[in-house]
Amino acid sequence: MYSRAYKMFVSVPPLLWVGLFLLLPYALMFAHSFWAVRDGVIVHQWNLYNYATLFSKPVYIEVLLRTMRIAVSVTVCSLLLGYPLAYYLSFHAGARKELLYQLVIVPLWVSYLVRGYAWKTILGSEGVLNGFLQYLHLTHEPVAFLLYSPFAVVLMLTHIYTPFVFLPIYAALEHIPRPLVEASQDLGAGSLQTFLRVILPLSIPGLLAGATFAFVLSLGDFLAPLLVGGASGTMIANVVQSLFGAAFDWPLGAAISVCILILTISLLFLSERLEKRWSFK
Amino acid sequence: MNGRATNRRAPFLKVYAALVFIFIYLPVVVLILYSFNRDGVGGFPPRHLTLDWYRQLFGDAPIWDAVVNSLIVAAGSVALSLTLGLLAALALDRANFPGKALFRRLVLLPLILPGIITGLSLLMFAVFVGAQLSLFTVFLGHGTALISVATTELFAGLQKMDRAQEEASLDLGATPWQTFWRITLPNLKLSLIAAGLLIFTLSMDEIAVTFFLIGRDNTLPLEIWGRLRRGITPEINAVSTLIFAVSVGLIVIWYRVRAGVLGGEAQELLERP
Amino acid sequence: MSSPSSNAQDRLSAAPGALLEVRGVAKRFGAREVLKDISLNIASGEFLTLLGESGSGKTTLLRLVAGFEQPAAGEIWMSGERLDTLPPYERRVNTVFQHYALFPHLSVRDNVAYGLRVKKTSAAEIGGRVEEALRMVKMEEYGDCRPSKLSGGQQQRVALSRALVNRPLLLLLDEPLSALDANLRKQMQSELKALQRELGITFLFVTHDQEEAMALSDRVALLRDGALEQVASPREIYAHPATAYTAQFIGQTNLLRGEIMHGAAKCGSLQWPADGPSGAAIFSLRPEAIALASDGVTLSGTARFRAAVQQQFFSGASELLEVNCGGGQLLRVRVSARGPLSGEHEFVFSIADAIRVKE
Repeated sequence: MYSRAYKMFVSVPPLLWVGLFLLLPYALMFAHSFWAVRDGVIVHQWNLYNYATLFSKPVYIEVLLRTMRIAVSVTVCSLLLGYPLAYYLSFHAGARKELLYQLVIVPLWVSYLVRGYAWKTILGSEGVLNGFLQYLHLTHEPVAFLLYSPFAVVLMLTHIYTPFVFLPIYAALEHIPRPLVEASQDLGAGSLQTFLRVILPLSIPGLLAGATFAFVLSLGDFLAPLLVGGASGTMIANVVQSLFGAAFDWPLGAAISVCILILTISLLFLSERLEKRWSFK
Repeated sequence: MNGRATNRRAPFLKVYAALVFIFIYLPVVVLILYSFNRDGVGGFPPRHLTLDWYRQLFGDAPIWDAVVNSLIVAAGSVALSLTLGLLAALALDRANFPGKALFRRLVLLPLILPGIITGLSLLMFAVFVGAQLSLFTVFLGHGTALISVATTELFAGLQKMDRAQEEASLDLGATPWQTFWRITLPNLKLSLIAAGLLIFTLSMDEIAVTFFLIGRDNTLPLEIWGRLRRGITPEINAVSTLIFAVSVGLIVIWYRVRAGVLGGEAQELLERP
Repeated sequence: MSSPSSNAQDRLSAAPGALLEVRGVAKRFGAREVLKDISLNIASGEFLTLLGESGSGKTTLLRLVAGFEQPAAGEIWMSGERLDTLPPYERRVNTVFQHYALFPHLSVRDNVAYGLRVKKTSAAEIGGRVEEALRMVKMEEYGDCRPSKLSGGQQQRVALSRALVNRPLLLLLDEPLSALDANLRKQMQSELKALQRELGITFLFVTHDQEEAMALSDRVALLRDGALEQVASPREIYAHPATAYTAQFIGQTNLLRGEIMHGAAKCGSLQWPADGPSGAAIFSLRPEAIALASDGVTLSGTARFRAAVQQQFFSGASELLEVNCGGGQLLRVRVSARGPLSGEHEFVFSIADAIRVKE
């Protein structure tokens, strides 16, 4: 039904644009990771030195591991918060479901920076939480570890990503036909059993999607550490950022970025395969 | 069995859900509250409510310059992303070309990858072609990164559309070009608005990619960011509260628009003889 | 390759009034052959129905004429000019779609005016023609309504009027009544037929409902697995089905399988004198052609048999009997309503009603 000219007209411009402004830049990043810096200048000398450095120097490995830990913590916490919320809304909220759903979505539209900054004000030693605790005479001094620590980063990122995790899980739960739940109960399974045997398995694609999203984005986040992470909360993306800034070593920074890229793509691929395996049409 | 399965009581779950809600909303509520606090941020409870910080905010020229810059970039990004996204959605829906699967994934990457990677890649590209970093480079970055938002939304809209309508249009004598403007686009109205609003919001809030493409003129998030690095002033609370209010306003507008488009149809369905 | 045809069809296709000529058209979707070497002529002013099961290719053939598909082989000509090389918007053909495809963002009037507007007809002329088209389908009161406000039947009329306002040479209708409930369907059938008679426009109608096809058409083209099984007028195709498939698809029938030997046809326990070469044969005998001997209608050239009534289905004006002739041979007989029957009875049928059909 569509002529050749029509098909070309709609596919060529976006293809060209994406090729030029996405494919090429990513390819450049990839190329840079194999180059080197000599005397403050980037030299196009092909080598694997950057990757070797990354995997051998303890400082990089340490940051990498910390980043992983933080990302895993964020993912787990977001799931622990987001899944029950989605479950409640889908199965128990009744008439108020739509309204509550909108209420969960609203924070997503609010600036990342705003929400991160809010945590900064809450967790600081002069901050709201400490003030609150002292007001209640629960503590007499500011609690130090609240801010400028990995704890703060996990807290902030969990806050950011819980709604992101909620969305696909809610969608998956909504897709479960209610007669299945009724059938399960009809056959003698109680609430918990029904959940474990019917609802949870059927919601796995949504769960995987949300978890992957939270994990990948937490992994590469550099703003949260800068806001609330302090020295002990630095993540791998901060290292990259400084390598492109003051520490001027673009090739090394590119190498780390490429690793993050590969890790991300692998996780997405894996997640997609698992999702397919767990989706029953 | 008593009643329907989905209405069983679960008090524990209800409380838990409520706590999660509080967790999601607490920081924003605190922020708004303290924007009215004379003593700035810190301590509890807030005393001396005042509008001073808002007054100070309104006189703060750099912030408003940044707002204008952000608006310009956002508007441009909407235009660019929607145009390319629409073409891409049509291509994915109707054409088969080599590398189609790769294209689909490539276009999605900026949304899924951490922003720093896309930002740095675009920075390298800019250096490679010798471009000066400025609002224009930021605009190109946003526009490119957000294409897939438009593509996803518009593709879904195309799938929902009754293909027979386009055939009917051709059947009645309209050329493909006429069909596109008279039939296809009006059917995509809702998707276009949804995508546009989302792209606008994401662009206004974008930091990670912008961070590496910014020149001398700041966008709003980066202006705030710069100040945050220098130390907290409650003026930031005030501007954050305003941003929050605008976001909520946009959501309300969106739901009005959507209800208007969809509700009209729903109402007509109910009134059918 | 010639498809089984009747004299009637030959007469029409040779007539100079042939509006549409389908010549050896074939269509493939991937590896599947959806249409195989179809040749068909449609006369001007004719109401021709493409009848078939789903998957028979009838809709594909329609779409080829409309221009939404290209033939893999063969050609389509209209009014002496090549049609299949033209895009749909250049053909003097309009379509009424199965689910109407009305434009939801346009009012009824704007929907109907659409074809005229895109060809830049003058506003004055549009106004008049649209009103006339709406009046034709009795929808002139609904000009300003949105399609979503209309019932199925009303939407169907608007779709019809939207197509007709353009005065096409050929109107294509893709199962337009299938979404309507039974009563509305009957009503629309009658209106469509009347409209076609009145306007004299050639109609190419697609349906899977053989009753509908029989009621409406001047000729029926039965499609099976992408090939034309038989093309004939409804009466002809009913009385003289060419194949067993046709006999069973159109109306109900009993398929009697047996053989002709020594001038007699023998199918199970039924036997009657028959001409024709010896060998295996299949006969189609319609239920209404068989009567109870006790009803006393005795004609010459009849055959008789005895059978036991096994099941009886009452349907108002008549009864359908399932009778067992012995040896597992079951036949269906339609008789006028008379209350429950049981046991063995004698049945009679006219030999001329046992039509020999191909496999």
